[in-house]
Amino acid sequence: MNRRTAIAALFLGFAACARSEQATTGTGKANVTIKGSDTMVILGQRWAENYMKLNPGMTIQVTGGGSGTGIAALINGSTDVCESSRPMKDKEKDEVQQKRGAPAVETKVALDAVAIYVNAKSPLQEISIPTLRKIYRAEAKNWKEAGGPDHAIVLYGRENNSGTYGYFKEHVLDGKDFAAATQTLAGTSAVANAVKGDVFGIGYGGIAYLEGVRALKVKKDDAAPAIAPTLETSQDGTYPISRFLYFYTAGPPTGSIKRFVEWVESAAGQKVIGDVGYYPLPKKEP
Amino acid sequence: MTQLVATVPATEKSSLPSHRLVRRPRILEAIAETAIKAVALLSILSVLLILFFVGKEALPVLTSAEVHKEVTVRTLFAAHAEAGYMWQPVSDEPKYNILPLFLGTLKVTFVALLVAVPLGVSAALYVSEFAGRRTKEIIKPAIELLAGVPSVVIGFFALVVLASWVQRVFGTEHRLNSIVAGVALAVAVVPIIFSVSEDAFRAVPGSYRSAALALGSTRSQVMLKVVVPAAAPGIAASIVLGFGRAIGETMIVVLATGNAAIFDGSFERSTRTVTATIAQELGEVVVGSAHYHVLFALGALLFLSTLTVNLGAERIVGRMRRRLGGGT
Repeated sequence: MNRRTAIAALFLGFAACARSEQATTGTGKANVTIKGSDTMVILGQRWAENYMKLNPGMTIQVTGGGSGTGIAALINGSTDVCESSRPMKDKEKDEVQQKRGAPAVETKVALDAVAIYVNAKSPLQEISIPTLRKIYRAEAKNWKEAGGPDHAIVLYGRENNSGTYGYFKEHVLDGKDFAAATQTLAGTSAVANAVKGDVFGIGYGGIAYLEGVRALKVKKDDAAPAIAPTLETSQDGTYPISRFLYFYTAGPPTGSIKRFVEWVESAAGQKVIGDVGYYPLPKKEP
Repeated sequence: MTQLVATVPATEKSSLPSHRLVRRPRILEAIAETAIKAVALLSILSVLLILFFVGKEALPVLTSAEVHKEVTVRTLFAAHAEAGYMWQPVSDEPKYNILPLFLGTLKVTFVALLVAVPLGVSAALYVSEFAGRRTKEIIKPAIELLAGVPSVVIGFFALVVLASWVQRVFGTEHRLNSIVAGVALAVAVVPIIFSVSEDAFRAVPGSYRSAALALGSTRSQVMLKVVVPAAAPGIAASIVLGFGRAIGETMIVVLATGNAAIFDGSFERSTRTVTATIAQELGEVVVGSAHYHVLFALGALLFLSTLTVNLGAERIVGRMRRRLGGGT
């Protein structure tokens, strides 16, 4: 009997602990989950680390999987915050409203230039959007057509749950399909790594993944000047394929989530962005 | 179980009254039997439940009008007017042609078996017929250890090391291709083919060998004309098991094929398999969408094709066994 009471007490104790842990912050959850964009996963992790250092007792879990995965998780209610490298579609916003009973709320958190990666040994320096479109739609299959050596182009890209895939399809391919020969890799770092090992490869992805590859200058059309992806050209919009990175929540963020999002937007949070390799939001932007 | 029944009365004989001696083992036996039966039924039940669930989720591809707006059974197989045989589900006009995926699976599996069958079977032959006890004790566990290497590790090795090596040696167009994936897959398949074939060789009665030797055969004649034919059903079974492993493997092909759904016969270009497609896309689809149901249809088709191969092979193996005698 004694033993049984002891066990019961123990269980009650655990339950109480679990209870009190949730209650510590008082104004919200002490456990926040963030899920989504692979482009943003290192950014999210760095934010979480820094924020947890400042706020002991908070736990922020960051996982990737792709913007589509994050959005699906937000719809299904399995994440608090969704990181996305593309704006949510109306259809997805409707689904959040339907399943979560609150509108999807968008917060712009950082700026990214979609870089066109080539191998460090490639002679190419610049490329125009129309040429890029031809290459990724299998209308141009040889580097000659882009001003390079006489050799077949090897295409690398992202899985179709990637926000970068969606962005590239919409802004570079005009919504048309990728060439079937595009090798789809899981994660931007995998794309950069593949291009690093392939002299005739080309890939695309976030600006923070330039390890071992070179980013081409990009021309809006054949007549336009070639612009390198930098902080300035992304902030003033002259680099033709720069984009915002987003946080999405179901309903406006509240409690601990709100404090985290506000910190991300603050000077301290925006400083982290530069360390990771992306660009902070322009000052005038809300 | 037999051990349990035998030892309990033996040890307790002296200290227990006689009626317990008889009853207790029976109760134990009954409990053990029911438990084992339940476990066996549970595993069959779970397979049936999985089958039912996959079938249920795949069915809308045949029946649902909502799904038919995006995809019909015909468009799963027939070429698109402009795009041809294309798998591109996330698109303004989604394209769900599954032929490139099945072709990819076949190509990779073909290469894997091409490499793994000769390696696995001849290693088994060596170990069971030629190797001395010492060598056998090293080789056998070493190959079986290969089965314990996580497939993600094999895939990673293929992605980082093997692919560069293959491209340097063969000058393949794409770094990640059917050959790289097939060879990596072979590493996972060899242990299965090896251990099942080795069992088959070992099961050939020693009297067969003695009789052939007594009739004046050389060692290689004994091996090729007696042992191999006698073990043929077992070897065939090992190949079927290897095929099943190769066709269902996911992690290795996700990492090593390059995942481009190209519809052509080339082995030196990237490819995309059915399993890799399901693994990479199911995580993000909206539940209930056409894409979601097509992925389940892919799973169901893959299951049906392995089932057909397995059943067909079983019949062939059975026929061989009857005709040849011996074997396993």
